[in-house]
Amino acid sequence: MTHPVIHSQGLKKRYGNHKALDGLNLEVPSGGVYALLGPNGAGKTTAVRVLSTLVPPDGGAAHVLGYDLVRDAHTVRSKIALTGQYASVDIDLTGQENLVLIGRLLGLGRAGARRRATEVLERFSLTDAAARQVRTYSGGMRRRLDLAASLIKPPQLLFLDEPTTGLDPRSRIELWTLVRQLVSDGTSVLLTTQYLDEADQLADRIGVLNSGRMVADGTADELKASVGGGSLQVRLLDHEQRDTAAQLLGSQLKAQPHLPPDPAVVEIPVIGSEAANDALTQLHHAGIDIISFSLGQPTLDEVFLSLTGHPTATEELA
Amino acid sequence: MINAPSPTQSPSTTVPGRLETRGASRSAATLAFAWRTALRIKYVPEQLVDVVAVPLVFTVMFTYLLGGALAGSPSSYLHSLLPGTLVMTLVLLTTFTGTGLRSDLSSGVHDRFQSLPVWRPAPLVGALVGDLGRYLLASSIVFGLGLAMGFRPDGGVGGALAALGLVLVFAHALSWVWIVVGISVRNVSAVNAINIGVQLPLTMASNVFVDPATMPGWLRPIIENNPISFVVTATRGLMHGEAQLSEVLWVLAIAGALLVVFVPLSLYKYRTHRS
Repeated sequence: MTHPVIHSQGLKKRYGNHKALDGLNLEVPSGGVYALLGPNGAGKTTAVRVLSTLVPPDGGAAHVLGYDLVRDAHTVRSKIALTGQYASVDIDLTGQENLVLIGRLLGLGRAGARRRATEVLERFSLTDAAARQVRTYSGGMRRRLDLAASLIKPPQLLFLDEPTTGLDPRSRIELWTLVRQLVSDGTSVLLTTQYLDEADQLADRIGVLNSGRMVADGTADELKASVGGGSLQVRLLDHEQRDTAAQLLGSQLKAQPHLPPDPAVVEIPVIGSEAANDALTQLHHAGIDIISFSLGQPTLDEVFLSLTGHPTATEELA
Repeated sequence: MINAPSPTQSPSTTVPGRLETRGASRSAATLAFAWRTALRIKYVPEQLVDVVAVPLVFTVMFTYLLGGALAGSPSSYLHSLLPGTLVMTLVLLTTFTGTGLRSDLSSGVHDRFQSLPVWRPAPLVGALVGDLGRYLLASSIVFGLGLAMGFRPDGGVGGALAALGLVLVFAHALSWVWIVVGISVRNVSAVNAINIGVQLPLTMASNVFVDPATMPGWLRPIIENNPISFVVTATRGLMHGEAQLSEVLWVLAIAGALLVVFVPLSLYKYRTHRS
Protein backbone atom coordinates (compact mmCIF):
# COMPACT_ATOMS: atom_id res chain seq x y z
CA MET A 1 0.00 0.00 0.00
CA THR A 2 1.31 3.44 -0.88
CA HIS A 3 1.58 6.25 1.61
CA PRO A 4 -1.20 8.79 1.74
CA VAL A 5 -0.41 12.00 -0.15
CA ILE A 6 -1.85 14.02 2.70
CA HIS A 7 -1.97 13.06 6.30
CA SER A 8 -2.99 15.68 8.82
CA GLN A 9 -3.75 15.49 12.49
CA GLY A 10 -5.46 18.11 14.55
CA LEU A 11 -4.63 20.86 12.08
CA LYS A 12 -5.64 24.26 13.41
CA LYS A 13 -5.81 27.68 11.89
CA ARG A 14 -7.50 30.64 13.42
CA TYR A 15 -8.12 34.07 11.99
CA GLY A 16 -8.83 36.43 14.85
CA ASN A 17 -11.61 34.80 16.81
CA HIS A 18 -12.70 32.63 13.95
CA LYS A 19 -11.49 29.03 14.02
CA ALA A 20 -11.14 28.35 10.32
CA LEU A 21 -9.64 24.92 10.97
CA ASP A 22 -10.54 23.36 14.26
CA GLY A 23 -8.51 20.18 14.44
CA LEU A 24 -8.65 18.86 10.92
CA ASN A 25 -7.81 15.18 10.52
CA LEU A 26 -7.44 14.37 6.88
CA GLU A 27 -6.07 11.37 5.11
CA VAL A 28 -5.91 11.54 1.33
CA PRO A 29 -4.83 8.34 -0.39
CA SER A 30 -2.42 8.40 -3.29
CA GLY A 31 -3.95 8.56 -6.77
CA GLY A 32 -7.42 9.65 -7.71
CA VAL A 33 -9.49 12.64 -6.73
CA TYR A 34 -10.31 13.55 -3.17
CA ALA A 35 -13.07 16.11 -2.77
CA LEU A 36 -13.38 18.34 0.26
CA LEU A 37 -17.02 19.20 0.39
CA GLY A 38 -18.60 21.75 2.62
CA PRO A 39 -20.78 24.83 2.83
CA ASN A 40 -19.30 28.31 2.54
CA GLY A 41 -17.15 29.07 5.55
CA ALA A 42 -16.59 25.42 6.39
CA GLY A 43 -12.84 25.85 6.09
CA LYS A 44 -12.27 24.32 2.66
CA THR A 45 -10.18 27.17 1.31
CA THR A 46 -8.24 27.48 4.55
CA ALA A 47 -7.51 23.76 4.41
CA VAL A 48 -6.12 24.17 0.90
CA ARG A 49 -4.12 27.27 1.85
CA VAL A 50 -2.56 25.52 4.82
CA LEU A 51 -1.91 22.22 3.06
CA SER A 52 -0.36 23.93 0.05
CA THR A 53 2.00 25.83 2.41
CA LEU A 54 0.56 29.28 1.71
CA VAL A 55 -0.10 29.88 5.37
CA PRO A 56 1.38 28.00 8.32
CA PRO A 57 -0.99 26.14 10.64
CA ASP A 58 -1.37 27.37 14.21
CA GLY A 59 -1.43 23.86 15.59
CA GLY A 60 -1.46 20.20 14.69
CA ALA A 61 0.74 18.47 12.17
CA ALA A 62 0.55 17.45 8.56
CA HIS A 63 2.62 15.57 6.07
CA VAL A 64 2.21 16.20 2.40
CA LEU A 65 3.76 13.59 0.11
CA GLY A 66 5.63 12.39 3.15
CA TYR A 67 7.19 15.76 3.98
CA ASP A 68 6.46 17.85 7.00
CA LEU A 69 4.28 20.76 6.00
CA VAL A 70 6.17 23.31 8.05
CA ARG A 71 9.73 22.01 8.26
CA ASP A 72 10.00 20.87 4.65
CA ALA A 73 7.71 23.49 3.12
CA HIS A 74 10.09 24.18 0.26
CA THR A 75 10.27 20.51 -0.70
CA VAL A 76 6.50 20.25 -0.51
CA ARG A 77 6.22 23.24 -2.85
CA SER A 78 8.52 21.60 -5.36
CA LYS A 79 6.11 18.66 -5.64
CA ILE A 80 2.68 20.25 -5.56
CA ALA A 81 0.76 22.74 -7.66
CA LEU A 82 -2.13 24.96 -6.72
CA THR A 83 -4.94 26.37 -8.77
CA GLY A 84 -6.68 28.87 -6.55
CA GLN A 85 -10.28 29.82 -6.20
CA TYR A 86 -10.03 32.73 -8.59
CA ALA A 87 -8.12 32.23 -11.79
CA SER A 88 -4.59 32.62 -10.51
CA VAL A 89 -3.05 34.05 -13.64
CA ASP A 90 -2.00 37.58 -14.57
CA ILE A 91 -4.70 38.94 -16.82
CA ASP A 92 -2.50 41.73 -18.17
CA LEU A 93 0.01 39.28 -19.60
CA THR A 94 -0.54 36.93 -22.51
CA GLY A 95 -1.23 33.25 -21.92
CA GLN A 96 2.21 32.40 -23.19
CA GLU A 97 3.92 34.92 -20.90
CA ASN A 98 2.05 33.62 -17.88
CA LEU A 99 3.33 30.14 -18.49
CA VAL A 100 6.87 31.30 -19.30
CA LEU A 101 6.88 33.19 -16.00
CA ILE A 102 5.94 30.05 -14.08
CA GLY A 103 8.55 28.05 -15.99
CA ARG A 104 11.24 30.58 -15.19
CA LEU A 105 10.27 30.58 -11.54
CA LEU A 106 10.52 26.81 -11.54
CA GLY A 107 14.07 27.12 -12.81
CA LEU A 108 13.61 25.96 -16.39
CA GLY A 109 15.62 28.88 -17.74
CA ARG A 110 14.33 31.27 -20.39
CA ALA A 111 14.59 28.94 -23.37
CA GLY A 112 13.38 25.94 -21.41
CA ALA A 113 10.45 27.87 -20.02
CA ARG A 114 9.45 29.05 -23.49
CA ARG A 115 9.64 25.56 -24.91
CA ARG A 116 7.62 24.10 -22.08
CA ALA A 117 5.01 26.87 -22.29
CA THR A 118 4.49 26.22 -25.99
CA GLU A 119 4.10 22.52 -25.31
CA VAL A 120 1.56 22.96 -22.52
CA LEU A 121 -0.42 25.58 -24.44
CA GLU A 122 -0.69 23.10 -27.28
CA ARG A 123 -1.93 20.36 -24.98
CA PHE A 124 -4.59 22.66 -23.56
CA SER A 125 -5.71 23.91 -26.98
CA LEU A 126 -4.64 27.43 -26.17
CA THR A 127 -2.08 27.83 -28.92
CA ASP A 128 -4.28 30.20 -30.90
CA ALA A 129 -4.83 32.39 -27.88
CA ALA A 130 -1.23 32.18 -26.65
CA ALA A 131 -0.25 35.66 -27.78
CA ARG A 132 -3.40 37.33 -26.47
CA GLN A 133 -3.71 39.05 -23.12
CA VAL A 134 -5.54 36.83 -20.66
CA ARG A 135 -8.10 39.58 -20.02
CA THR A 136 -9.57 38.73 -23.43
CA TYR A 137 -10.06 35.05 -22.51
CA SER A 138 -13.40 33.50 -21.63
CA GLY A 139 -13.90 32.10 -18.13
CA GLY A 140 -13.35 28.58 -19.36
CA MET A 141 -10.14 29.51 -21.18
CA ARG A 142 -8.79 31.24 -18.08
CA ARG A 143 -9.45 28.15 -16.04
CA ARG A 144 -7.71 26.03 -18.66
CA LEU A 145 -4.70 28.34 -18.60
CA ASP A 146 -4.78 28.23 -14.85
CA LEU A 147 -4.64 24.47 -14.91
CA ALA A 148 -1.95 24.60 -17.59
CA ALA A 149 0.13 26.79 -15.27
CA SER A 150 -0.12 24.08 -12.65
CA LEU A 151 1.25 21.54 -15.10
CA ILE A 152 4.31 23.40 -16.30
CA LYS A 153 6.04 21.08 -13.98
CA PRO A 154 3.72 18.11 -13.48
CA PRO A 155 2.99 17.95 -9.77
CA GLN A 156 2.54 14.80 -7.75
CA LEU A 157 -0.33 16.46 -5.96
CA LEU A 158 -2.57 19.11 -7.43
CA PHE A 159 -4.78 21.34 -5.32
CA LEU A 160 -7.86 22.73 -7.01
CA ASP A 161 -9.84 25.21 -4.96
CA GLU A 162 -13.39 25.36 -6.29
CA PRO A 163 -12.21 24.78 -9.84
CA THR A 164 -15.57 25.15 -11.52
CA THR A 165 -17.17 27.94 -9.51
CA GLY A 166 -18.50 30.48 -11.97
CA LEU A 167 -18.02 28.33 -15.05
CA ASP A 168 -20.76 27.60 -17.54
CA PRO A 169 -21.88 23.96 -17.72
CA ARG A 170 -19.88 23.20 -20.85
CA SER A 171 -16.61 24.57 -19.46
CA ARG A 172 -17.33 22.71 -16.30
CA ILE A 173 -17.58 19.37 -18.03
CA GLU A 174 -14.48 20.22 -20.04
CA LEU A 175 -12.59 20.86 -16.82
CA TRP A 176 -13.81 17.61 -15.32
CA THR A 177 -12.45 15.79 -18.36
CA LEU A 178 -9.09 17.47 -17.89
CA VAL A 179 -8.98 16.51 -14.25
CA ARG A 180 -9.84 12.89 -15.05
CA GLN A 181 -7.04 12.79 -17.60
CA LEU A 182 -4.56 14.13 -15.07
CA VAL A 183 -5.59 11.48 -12.64
CA SER A 184 -5.20 8.75 -15.22
CA ASP A 185 -1.66 10.04 -15.73
CA GLY A 186 -0.99 9.43 -12.07
CA THR A 187 -1.52 12.82 -10.42
CA SER A 188 -3.33 12.90 -7.10
CA VAL A 189 -5.89 15.69 -6.89
CA LEU A 190 -7.40 17.38 -3.88
CA LEU A 191 -10.28 19.59 -4.84
CA THR A 192 -12.73 21.62 -2.87
CA THR A 193 -16.23 22.11 -4.02
CA GLN A 194 -19.60 23.13 -2.77
CA TYR A 195 -21.31 21.27 -5.58
CA LEU A 196 -22.38 17.79 -4.66
CA ASP A 197 -22.70 16.65 -8.22
CA GLU A 198 -19.09 17.64 -8.79
CA ALA A 199 -17.96 15.52 -5.88
CA ASP A 200 -20.25 12.71 -6.99
CA GLN A 201 -18.97 12.83 -10.57
CA LEU A 202 -15.32 13.34 -10.01
CA ALA A 203 -14.21 12.18 -6.62
CA ASP A 204 -13.03 8.77 -5.56
CA ARG A 205 -13.32 9.82 -1.97
CA ILE A 206 -15.17 12.65 -0.32
CA GLY A 207 -14.47 14.39 2.94
CA VAL A 208 -17.27 16.46 4.37
CA LEU A 209 -16.07 19.53 6.19
CA ASN A 210 -18.10 21.60 8.59
CA SER A 211 -16.87 24.36 10.92
CA GLY A 212 -13.26 23.45 10.33
CA ARG A 213 -13.59 19.76 11.10
CA MET A 214 -14.15 16.59 9.15
CA VAL A 215 -17.61 15.29 9.81
CA ALA A 216 -17.48 12.35 7.42
CA ASP A 217 -15.11 10.72 5.00
CA GLY A 218 -15.60 7.97 2.49
CA THR A 219 -16.64 7.11 -1.03
CA ALA A 220 -19.87 8.64 -2.30
CA ASP A 221 -21.59 5.27 -1.84
CA GLU A 222 -20.32 4.86 1.69
CA LEU A 223 -21.50 8.31 2.62
CA LYS A 224 -24.90 7.67 1.14
CA ALA A 225 -25.15 4.36 2.95
CA SER A 226 -24.18 6.05 6.21
CA VAL A 227 -27.37 8.09 6.33
CA GLY A 228 -29.32 4.87 6.18
CA GLY A 229 -32.22 4.00 3.87
CA GLY A 230 -33.20 5.71 0.75
CA SER A 231 -35.85 8.16 -0.05
CA LEU A 232 -39.26 7.93 -1.57
CA GLN A 233 -40.18 10.55 -4.06
CA VAL A 234 -43.80 10.97 -5.04
CA ARG A 235 -45.15 13.16 -7.80
CA LEU A 236 -48.79 14.12 -7.31
CA LEU A 237 -51.41 14.67 -9.94
CA ASP A 238 -52.83 17.63 -8.04
CA HIS A 239 -50.30 19.74 -6.24
CA GLU A 240 -52.99 21.27 -4.04
CA GLN A 241 -52.93 17.95 -2.23
CA ARG A 242 -49.24 18.17 -1.43
CA ASP A 243 -49.63 19.21 2.17
CA THR A 244 -52.15 16.47 2.91
CA ALA A 245 -49.92 13.95 1.21
CA ALA A 246 -46.86 15.13 3.11
CA GLN A 247 -48.72 14.88 6.40
CA LEU A 248 -49.99 11.44 5.63
CA LEU A 249 -46.60 10.15 4.52
CA GLY A 250 -44.98 11.72 7.53
CA SER A 251 -47.22 10.01 10.04
CA GLN A 252 -47.12 6.73 8.15
CA LEU A 253 -43.34 6.58 7.81
CA LYS A 254 -42.51 8.47 11.00
CA ALA A 255 -40.13 10.73 9.20
CA GLN A 256 -39.86 14.37 8.21
CA PRO A 257 -41.11 14.89 4.67
CA HIS A 258 -39.14 17.25 2.47
CA LEU A 259 -40.83 19.62 0.06
CA PRO A 260 -38.57 20.43 -2.87
CA PRO A 261 -39.10 23.50 -5.09
CA ASP A 262 -41.20 21.44 -7.51
CA PRO A 263 -44.74 22.00 -6.11
CA ALA A 264 -46.03 18.55 -7.07
CA VAL A 265 -43.30 16.55 -5.37
CA VAL A 266 -42.93 15.18 -1.87
CA GLU A 267 -39.78 13.46 -0.71
CA ILE A 268 -39.41 11.44 2.43
CA PRO A 269 -36.76 9.16 3.87
CA VAL A 270 -37.80 5.55 3.98
CA ILE A 271 -36.22 2.29 4.99
CA GLY A 272 -37.16 -0.69 2.86
CA SER A 273 -39.56 -1.04 -0.06
CA GLU A 274 -42.26 -2.62 2.06
CA ALA A 275 -42.78 0.51 4.11
CA ALA A 276 -42.78 2.52 0.94
CA ASN A 277 -45.40 0.26 -0.54
CA ASP A 278 -47.65 0.65 2.47
CA ALA A 279 -47.29 4.37 2.39
CA LEU A 280 -48.30 4.52 -1.26
CA THR A 281 -51.32 2.42 -0.52
CA GLN A 282 -52.31 4.86 2.19
CA LEU A 283 -52.13 7.71 -0.30
CA HIS A 284 -54.36 5.77 -2.65
CA HIS A 285 -56.92 5.19 0.11
CA ALA A 286 -56.91 8.84 0.95
CA GLY A 287 -57.83 9.65 -2.64
CA ILE A 288 -54.54 11.23 -3.55
CA ASP A 289 -53.54 10.34 -7.08
CA ILE A 290 -49.91 10.06 -7.98
CA ILE A 291 -48.35 10.35 -11.41
CA SER A 292 -45.10 8.64 -10.56
CA PHE A 293 -42.94 7.61 -7.68
CA SER A 294 -39.38 6.52 -7.23
CA LEU A 295 -37.49 4.84 -4.48
CA GLY A 296 -33.82 5.65 -4.48
CA GLN A 297 -30.57 5.85 -2.66
CA PRO A 298 -30.23 9.04 -0.74
CA THR A 299 -28.60 11.81 -2.72
CA LEU A 300 -25.38 13.37 -1.49
CA ASP A 301 -27.58 16.36 -0.80
CA GLU A 302 -29.39 14.44 1.88
CA VAL A 303 -26.12 13.12 3.23
CA PHE A 304 -24.87 16.63 3.43
CA LEU A 305 -27.96 17.96 5.10
CA SER A 306 -27.96 15.23 7.69
CA LEU A 307 -24.24 15.68 8.41
CA THR A 308 -23.96 19.42 8.53
CA GLY A 309 -27.45 20.69 9.05
CA HIS A 310 -26.95 23.04 6.10
CA PRO A 311 -28.42 22.65 2.67
CA THR A 312 -25.77 22.93 0.00
CA ALA A 313 -25.09 25.49 -2.65
CA THR A 314 -27.23 23.66 -5.17
CA GLU A 315 -30.40 25.02 -3.63
CA GLU A 316 -29.20 28.58 -3.62
CA LEU A 317 -28.36 28.23 -7.29
CA ALA A 318 -31.64 26.64 -8.22
CA MET B 1 -0.48 8.60 -20.87
CA ILE B 2 -2.92 10.23 -23.19
CA ASN B 3 -2.02 11.00 -26.72
CA ALA B 4 -5.45 11.10 -28.22
CA PRO B 5 -5.50 13.45 -31.18
CA SER B 6 -8.60 15.07 -29.69
CA PRO B 7 -8.08 18.73 -30.41
CA THR B 8 -9.81 19.90 -27.27
CA GLN B 9 -7.59 18.50 -24.61
CA SER B 10 -4.94 15.93 -23.97
CA PRO B 11 -2.76 17.26 -21.20
CA SER B 12 -0.08 14.75 -20.61
CA THR B 13 1.66 15.13 -17.32
CA THR B 14 4.51 12.96 -18.43
CA VAL B 15 7.19 15.24 -19.67
CA PRO B 16 10.76 14.13 -20.15
CA GLY B 17 13.42 15.47 -17.84
CA ARG B 18 13.38 18.58 -15.71
CA LEU B 19 11.04 17.06 -13.21
CA GLU B 20 13.32 17.34 -10.25
CA THR B 21 13.71 21.10 -10.37
CA ARG B 22 13.84 22.66 -6.94
CA GLY B 23 12.86 26.02 -8.32
CA ALA B 24 14.78 28.98 -9.67
CA SER B 25 17.64 30.57 -7.76
CA ARG B 26 16.93 33.74 -5.80
CA SER B 27 18.34 35.96 -8.50
CA ALA B 28 16.61 34.10 -11.33
CA ALA B 29 13.27 34.28 -9.51
CA THR B 30 13.75 37.97 -8.77
CA LEU B 31 14.60 38.65 -12.40
CA ALA B 32 11.57 36.70 -13.57
CA PHE B 33 9.32 38.88 -11.42
CA ALA B 34 11.09 42.02 -12.63
CA TRP B 35 10.44 40.84 -16.19
CA ARG B 36 6.78 40.44 -15.33
CA THR B 37 6.63 44.02 -14.02
CA ALA B 38 8.28 45.22 -17.23
CA LEU B 39 5.63 43.37 -19.25
CA ARG B 40 2.89 44.98 -17.21
CA ILE B 41 4.37 48.41 -17.93
CA LYS B 42 4.40 47.53 -21.60
CA TYR B 43 0.79 46.25 -21.66
CA VAL B 44 -0.79 48.86 -19.44
CA PRO B 45 1.04 52.02 -20.49
CA GLU B 46 -1.98 54.17 -19.69
CA GLN B 47 -1.35 53.51 -16.00
CA LEU B 48 2.04 55.16 -16.23
CA VAL B 49 0.76 57.93 -18.43
CA ASP B 50 -2.11 58.68 -16.05
CA VAL B 51 0.27 59.27 -13.21
CA VAL B 52 2.99 61.05 -15.15
CA ALA B 53 0.46 63.36 -16.77
CA VAL B 54 -0.30 65.25 -13.56
CA PRO B 55 3.21 66.58 -12.89
CA LEU B 56 3.81 67.17 -16.59
CA VAL B 57 0.67 69.22 -17.06
CA PHE B 58 1.51 71.21 -13.94
CA THR B 59 5.01 71.78 -15.26
CA VAL B 60 3.85 73.10 -18.60
CA MET B 61 1.03 75.14 -17.14
CA PHE B 62 2.96 76.67 -14.28
CA THR B 63 5.99 77.42 -16.41
CA TYR B 64 4.15 79.28 -19.11
CA LEU B 65 1.24 80.75 -17.14
CA LEU B 66 2.94 81.65 -13.91
CA GLY B 67 6.65 81.32 -14.56
CA GLY B 68 7.05 84.97 -15.49
CA ALA B 69 5.28 86.15 -12.38
CA LEU B 70 6.95 83.66 -10.07
CA ALA B 71 10.53 83.82 -11.25
CA GLY B 72 10.83 86.65 -13.71
CA SER B 73 10.70 84.44 -16.79
CA PRO B 74 9.36 81.03 -17.76
CA SER B 75 12.86 79.70 -18.38
CA SER B 76 14.23 80.69 -15.00
CA TYR B 77 11.13 79.22 -13.33
CA LEU B 78 11.59 75.96 -15.25
CA HIS B 79 15.19 75.95 -14.08
CA SER B 80 14.06 75.38 -10.49
CA LEU B 81 10.76 73.63 -11.24
CA LEU B 82 11.96 70.71 -13.37
CA PRO B 83 13.99 68.96 -10.66
CA GLY B 84 10.85 69.26 -8.52
CA THR B 85 8.78 67.76 -11.32
CA LEU B 86 11.13 64.79 -11.38
CA VAL B 87 10.70 64.26 -7.64
CA MET B 88 6.95 64.65 -7.80
CA THR B 89 6.63 62.24 -10.70
CA LEU B 90 8.64 59.48 -9.12
CA VAL B 91 7.05 59.94 -5.72
CA LEU B 92 3.56 59.60 -7.23
CA LEU B 93 4.69 56.52 -9.17
CA THR B 94 5.70 54.69 -5.99
CA THR B 95 2.00 54.03 -5.43
CA PHE B 96 2.18 51.36 -8.13
CA THR B 97 4.21 49.18 -5.82
CA GLY B 98 1.18 49.12 -3.55
CA THR B 99 -1.50 48.75 -6.21
CA GLY B 100 0.43 46.01 -8.01
CA LEU B 101 0.90 44.00 -4.85
CA ARG B 102 -2.69 44.54 -3.71
CA SER B 103 -4.11 43.40 -7.02
CA ASP B 104 -1.91 40.28 -6.95
CA LEU B 105 -2.99 39.49 -3.42
CA SER B 106 -6.65 40.01 -4.22
CA SER B 107 -6.68 38.15 -7.51
CA GLY B 108 -5.10 34.91 -6.40
CA VAL B 109 -2.07 35.23 -8.69
CA HIS B 110 -0.04 35.73 -5.60
CA ASP B 111 -1.21 32.45 -4.10
CA ARG B 112 0.19 30.65 -7.07
CA PHE B 113 3.54 32.41 -6.72
CA GLN B 114 3.69 31.44 -3.08
CA SER B 115 2.92 27.82 -3.87
CA LEU B 116 6.03 27.62 -6.06
CA PRO B 117 9.39 26.55 -4.69
CA VAL B 118 10.95 30.00 -4.92
CA TRP B 119 12.52 32.41 -2.46
CA ARG B 120 9.60 33.83 -0.47
CA PRO B 121 10.26 37.57 -0.91
CA ALA B 122 11.07 37.18 -4.63
CA PRO B 123 7.70 38.58 -5.79
CA LEU B 124 8.29 41.71 -3.70
CA VAL B 125 11.91 42.20 -4.57
CA GLY B 126 11.37 41.43 -8.26
CA ALA B 127 8.52 43.93 -8.43
CA LEU B 128 10.71 46.58 -6.78
CA VAL B 129 13.42 45.94 -9.37
CA GLY B 130 10.82 46.24 -12.10
CA ASP B 131 9.56 49.45 -10.50
CA LEU B 132 13.03 50.95 -10.95
CA GLY B 133 12.49 50.43 -14.68
CA ARG B 134 9.21 52.30 -14.38
CA TYR B 135 10.94 55.17 -12.58
CA LEU B 136 13.65 55.36 -15.24
CA LEU B 137 11.10 55.41 -18.00
CA ALA B 138 9.12 58.18 -16.31
CA SER B 139 12.32 60.12 -15.61
CA SER B 140 13.26 60.06 -19.27
CA ILE B 141 9.82 61.46 -20.10
CA VAL B 142 10.31 64.26 -17.57
CA PHE B 143 13.79 65.05 -18.86
CA GLY B 144 12.57 64.85 -22.44
CA LEU B 145 9.83 67.36 -21.78
CA GLY B 146 12.21 69.58 -19.81
CA LEU B 147 14.81 69.60 -22.56
CA ALA B 148 12.15 70.35 -25.14
CA MET B 149 10.97 73.31 -23.05
CA GLY B 150 14.51 74.61 -22.75
CA PHE B 151 15.61 73.18 -19.42
CA ARG B 152 19.39 72.83 -19.10
CA PRO B 153 20.94 71.39 -15.91
CA ASP B 154 23.86 73.55 -14.78
CA GLY B 155 25.47 70.47 -13.31
CA GLY B 156 25.60 68.90 -16.76
CA VAL B 157 25.03 65.22 -17.44
CA GLY B 158 26.88 64.28 -14.26
CA GLY B 159 24.70 66.55 -12.15
CA ALA B 160 21.52 65.28 -13.79
CA LEU B 161 22.54 61.65 -13.22
CA ALA B 162 23.45 62.32 -9.59
CA ALA B 163 20.08 64.01 -9.08
CA LEU B 164 18.31 61.10 -10.75
CA GLY B 165 20.21 58.62 -8.59
CA LEU B 166 19.18 60.40 -5.43
CA VAL B 167 15.51 60.53 -6.42
CA LEU B 168 15.61 56.83 -7.31
CA VAL B 169 17.00 56.00 -3.88
CA PHE B 170 14.24 57.98 -2.23
CA ALA B 171 11.52 56.53 -4.48
CA HIS B 172 12.75 53.02 -3.78
CA ALA B 173 12.64 53.62 -0.03
CA LEU B 174 9.15 55.07 -0.35
CA SER B 175 8.06 52.00 -2.33
CA TRP B 176 8.47 49.88 0.78
CA VAL B 177 5.90 52.04 2.52
CA TRP B 178 3.49 51.16 -0.26
CA ILE B 179 4.18 47.48 0.23
CA VAL B 180 2.91 47.81 3.78
CA VAL B 181 -0.09 49.78 2.51
CA GLY B 182 -0.75 47.22 -0.23
CA ILE B 183 -0.78 44.35 2.24
CA SER B 184 -2.83 46.22 4.83
CA VAL B 185 -5.75 47.60 2.86
CA ARG B 186 -8.60 45.73 1.27
CA ASN B 187 -8.48 46.67 -2.37
CA VAL B 188 -6.69 48.60 -5.07
CA SER B 189 -8.96 51.63 -4.83
CA ALA B 190 -8.07 52.00 -1.16
CA VAL B 191 -4.40 52.12 -2.14
CA ASN B 192 -5.17 54.81 -4.69
CA ALA B 193 -7.26 56.72 -2.19
CA ILE B 194 -4.26 56.93 0.13
CA ASN B 195 -2.19 58.23 -2.74
CA ILE B 196 -4.72 60.92 -3.59
CA GLY B 197 -5.58 61.73 0.01
CA VAL B 198 -2.14 61.71 1.59
CA GLN B 199 0.72 61.45 -0.84
CA LEU B 200 -0.47 63.92 -3.45
CA PRO B 201 -1.21 66.73 -0.96
CA LEU B 202 2.08 66.02 0.78
CA THR B 203 3.89 66.36 -2.51
CA MET B 204 2.08 69.56 -3.41
CA ALA B 205 2.70 71.07 0.02
CA SER B 206 6.42 71.19 -0.59
CA ASN B 207 8.84 73.53 -2.27
CA VAL B 208 8.29 71.90 -5.69
CA PHE B 209 6.43 74.87 -7.12
CA VAL B 210 7.22 77.88 -5.00
CA ASP B 211 9.97 79.06 -2.66
CA PRO B 212 8.61 78.76 0.90
CA ALA B 213 10.24 82.14 1.66
CA THR B 214 7.25 83.70 -0.10
CA MET B 215 4.72 81.92 2.11
CA PRO B 216 3.02 83.15 5.30
CA GLY B 217 5.07 82.62 8.43
CA TRP B 218 2.89 79.92 9.98
CA LEU B 219 3.08 77.83 6.83
CA ARG B 220 6.80 78.04 6.18
CA PRO B 221 8.02 75.59 8.81
CA ILE B 222 5.45 73.04 7.66
CA ILE B 223 6.54 73.28 4.06
CA GLU B 224 10.22 73.40 4.86
CA ASN B 225 10.08 70.33 7.09
CA ASN B 226 8.10 68.27 4.64
CA PRO B 227 10.45 65.39 3.70
CA ILE B 228 9.57 65.95 0.05
CA SER B 229 11.03 69.45 0.32
CA PHE B 230 14.34 67.99 1.47
CA VAL B 231 14.38 65.71 -1.56
CA VAL B 232 13.49 68.56 -3.91
CA THR B 233 16.17 70.85 -2.48
CA ALA B 234 18.91 68.24 -2.79
CA THR B 235 17.79 67.20 -6.27
CA ARG B 236 17.78 70.79 -7.44
CA GLY B 237 21.22 71.27 -5.93
CA LEU B 238 22.69 68.19 -7.61
CA MET B 239 21.07 68.96 -10.93
CA HIS B 240 22.60 72.41 -10.98
CA GLY B 241 25.93 71.47 -9.40
CA GLU B 242 25.40 73.48 -6.23
CA ALA B 243 24.26 70.87 -3.72
CA GLN B 244 25.45 71.00 -0.13
CA LEU B 245 26.65 67.71 1.25
CA SER B 246 24.28 68.10 4.20
CA GLU B 247 21.29 68.43 1.86
CA VAL B 248 22.13 65.13 0.21
CA LEU B 249 22.83 63.44 3.53
CA TRP B 250 19.44 64.54 4.83
CA VAL B 251 17.72 62.78 1.96
CA LEU B 252 19.79 59.65 2.44
CA ALA B 253 18.94 59.73 6.12
CA ILE B 254 15.23 60.02 5.40
CA ALA B 255 15.44 57.18 2.88
CA GLY B 256 17.46 55.12 5.36
CA ALA B 257 14.90 55.73 8.09
CA LEU B 258 12.09 54.62 5.78
CA LEU B 259 14.01 51.48 4.90
CA VAL B 260 14.87 50.66 8.49
CA VAL B 261 11.23 50.85 9.50
CA PHE B 262 9.41 49.61 6.45
CA VAL B 263 11.58 46.80 5.10
CA PRO B 264 11.25 44.65 8.23
CA LEU B 265 7.63 45.69 8.63
CA SER B 266 6.88 44.77 5.00
CA LEU B 267 8.55 41.41 5.32
CA TYR B 268 6.77 40.71 8.57
CA LYS B 269 3.37 41.68 7.19
CA TYR B 270 4.11 39.77 4.01
CA ARG B 271 4.88 36.60 5.94
CA THR B 272 1.77 36.82 8.05
CA HIS B 273 -0.82 38.31 5.72
CA ARG B 274 -4.02 36.42 5.14
CA SER B 275 -4.79 37.29 1.55
